[in-house]
Amino acid sequence: MSDLENFRVEVKDWLDKNCPSTMRTGAPTDTPIDEVWGGRKAVYKNPDSKLWLDRMGEKGWTMPTVPREYGGGGLNKEEVKILNEEMFAIGARAPLLSFGIWMLAPVLLEYGNEAQKKEHLPKIIRGEIRWCQGYSEPGSGSDLASLATKAEDMGDHFLVNGQKVWTSYADKADWIFALVRTGPKEPKHSGISFLLIDMENPGVSTKPITLISGKSPFCETFFDNVEVPKENLVGELNAGWTIAKKLLQHERKFISNFGLAAGMGSKKDVVSLAKKHFGEDEGKISNPIFRSKVIDHKMKEHAFGLTLQRAADEGGKASAVASMFKYYGTEHNKRRHELMVAASGVNGLAWDGNEFDDSEKNLTRAWLRTKGNSIEGGTSEVQLNVISKRVLELPSG
Amino acid sequence: MKLILNEEQNYLKETALGFVSEKTPVSHLRHLRDSDDQLCWDKDIWSEMVKLGWSGILIPEEYGGSNFGLTGMSVILQECGKTLTPSPLFASGVLGATALTKFGSEEQKQKYLSKIASGELTTALAIDENSHHNPNICELKAIKDGSQYVLSGKKIFVVDGASADIIIVVARTSGEDDDVSGLSLFLVGSDNPNLKKVKLDMADSRNYANITFDNVSVDENMILGDIDMGLEPINEILDVARIALSAEMLGSCEKAFEITIEYLKERKQFGVPIGSFQALQHRAAEMFCEIELTKSAVMAAMQGAEENSNDLQRLSSLAKSIVGETSHLVSNEAVQMHGGIGVTDEYDIGFYLKRVRVAETILGNSTFHQERYANLTGF
Repeated sequence: MSDLENFRVEVKDWLDKNCPSTMRTGAPTDTPIDEVWGGRKAVYKNPDSKLWLDRMGEKGWTMPTVPREYGGGGLNKEEVKILNEEMFAIGARAPLLSFGIWMLAPVLLEYGNEAQKKEHLPKIIRGEIRWCQGYSEPGSGSDLASLATKAEDMGDHFLVNGQKVWTSYADKADWIFALVRTGPKEPKHSGISFLLIDMENPGVSTKPITLISGKSPFCETFFDNVEVPKENLVGELNAGWTIAKKLLQHERKFISNFGLAAGMGSKKDVVSLAKKHFGEDEGKISNPIFRSKVIDHKMKEHAFGLTLQRAADEGGKASAVASMFKYYGTEHNKRRHELMVAASGVNGLAWDGNEFDDSEKNLTRAWLRTKGNSIEGGTSEVQLNVISKRVLELPSG
Repeated sequence: MKLILNEEQNYLKETALGFVSEKTPVSHLRHLRDSDDQLCWDKDIWSEMVKLGWSGILIPEEYGGSNFGLTGMSVILQECGKTLTPSPLFASGVLGATALTKFGSEEQKQKYLSKIASGELTTALAIDENSHHNPNICELKAIKDGSQYVLSGKKIFVVDGASADIIIVVARTSGEDDDVSGLSLFLVGSDNPNLKKVKLDMADSRNYANITFDNVSVDENMILGDIDMGLEPINEILDVARIALSAEMLGSCEKAFEITIEYLKERKQFGVPIGSFQALQHRAAEMFCEIELTKSAVMAAMQGAEENSNDLQRLSSLAKSIVGETSHLVSNEAVQMHGGIGVTDEYDIGFYLKRVRVAETILGNSTFHQERYANLTGF
């Protein structure tokens, strides 16, 4: 048997012994309660999910390609593929959802020093520390580099003052990776640093934000004379913008994939809703005007799915392609929800109460929530700027 | 199914790009048009294409081809689309070669395929009878008379119909005018005295004809495939051709876009390149996205054909429909972004507009293929 075949047998065997049966339900369901994000404040409704996380974390298989010395799985690409296949085969659920895994860890691996990697990566991988992202500020949205939260050099520590906004799950997170201004006199892009801040520090506070769709994971995060050790600076002082841009690429990729995957796997399909509410005529959506909109939309969706596949087949290069997927994926997701709401008529605009079923009420909120997809992580307009400058190389204005 | 080209296909694509850039830039088409060339393509250029083996790419080796597959053929046409290169490659190398390879008798294959591969003869498919492609509508009838069939009726908008030596014609041999069954294919020599060709003068300056069959007698051994074979097998030919044509249209879109981006960088107004204006940048970036989606749809259809995908009809309609829509977007924006010179005949961009619009109507426009895709999917 080849090494890979041996590995597959080992993985199968290990999963068989270690993946609890209640964790073999396939892809995560709609209910956020089932999601496992880890961290110091985590509450596990199902004890199996904690068990599953601990076991996978111990193996380092929540980040299988990260070297063993940092707590990862130390697997190569072929082995990761086998692991994914075997997990898929038994319907194993993702043991951990984590901004640490998706955003911070890749950046630490590239820019962090040895001590930072040793300190933070194992905790991310085992789900012990939950991270959130401190980027946007009330005065700095698309013009992120104008951010004003300042970190003053006090000799043995930084003193942080300011406010972040749109910090997802800040109220549940343990640590925050934040962009702070360390060079107030430098040009705006050259005075930013990337800082890791323990949110248990005195002076850090959070406040949830209610969206048009209702409750949300978003928060405002305030820093009031927060003392941060110098060793928590990632990369060089005032070189945080490069790291920030890199991290945004990871985020964009995540948002566009997430949007599409969520849409395609969903049972709330625009076709079935249209057939339900408009009726069917020999298997066709009866309303011809609406049907033609659906057809156009579904064909674009098919082509977009093929484009994701093609990018993977090509080896997924080019950062600007992440902008295309973020732009197209989120705009498409908005159109999809507009069509679902339109197909549902009155039932697509339900807010609360017992006259509508849960899927209808959820649809209304999901539709409203998609409005943020093309704003968060860089607006659609910003993505188009990136494409025109980096891919098409059009001159700056 | 991998959505990337292999090494040989990439090589073929590069060869084709080199060829069309050197031999047939858009000025070639312009010259044919301005000299009122009745063939609308150039015999010497065609001979060179034949020498490169392009005419035989879809033909099995035993009949003189290379059997290199639809992806290979499509990437060549994609490059031809970049310079709007006219040639019999689509009508003969794709439509004729596919029809005969799929449905020809051994005798017919021996007789015709090697000559298609060698460029000695060219073919055309006569299928449409109305202003819109609708292949099950067929009023042209073939009536049996002893060992002969007598064809009467009219076909319109036959691609390369004015130059082809052999016309492959869809005729009704049974059923009503709009039945999907009761259709048969016949091979008819274009020199038949009862066959009348009228060359069409279309916006893209390519070769098309309306063909009237006035009691054209054809021997029964000139039936291609089974009598009454119906639309489904005919669609196998059409889908191959739709995919190849989609690739050609994609090439035209890519080039029109490239020319436009270059222009945005060069052209100055208010003292700056107009490409620095966000109003134009965002529209250009949106075009980029649509072209990327189109590439994927065309790639999936080509590879689907290579792998005999059972989803090929849907993939073919997806490709032809999306490329049609992208053609509209890109050709309109290309002209608009060029400003005044965009609407002059002197500048090439208008040639792209004209070509992609005519090509869109060949073998079904976007609307046709949206409806087909929807019916196949169950929308």
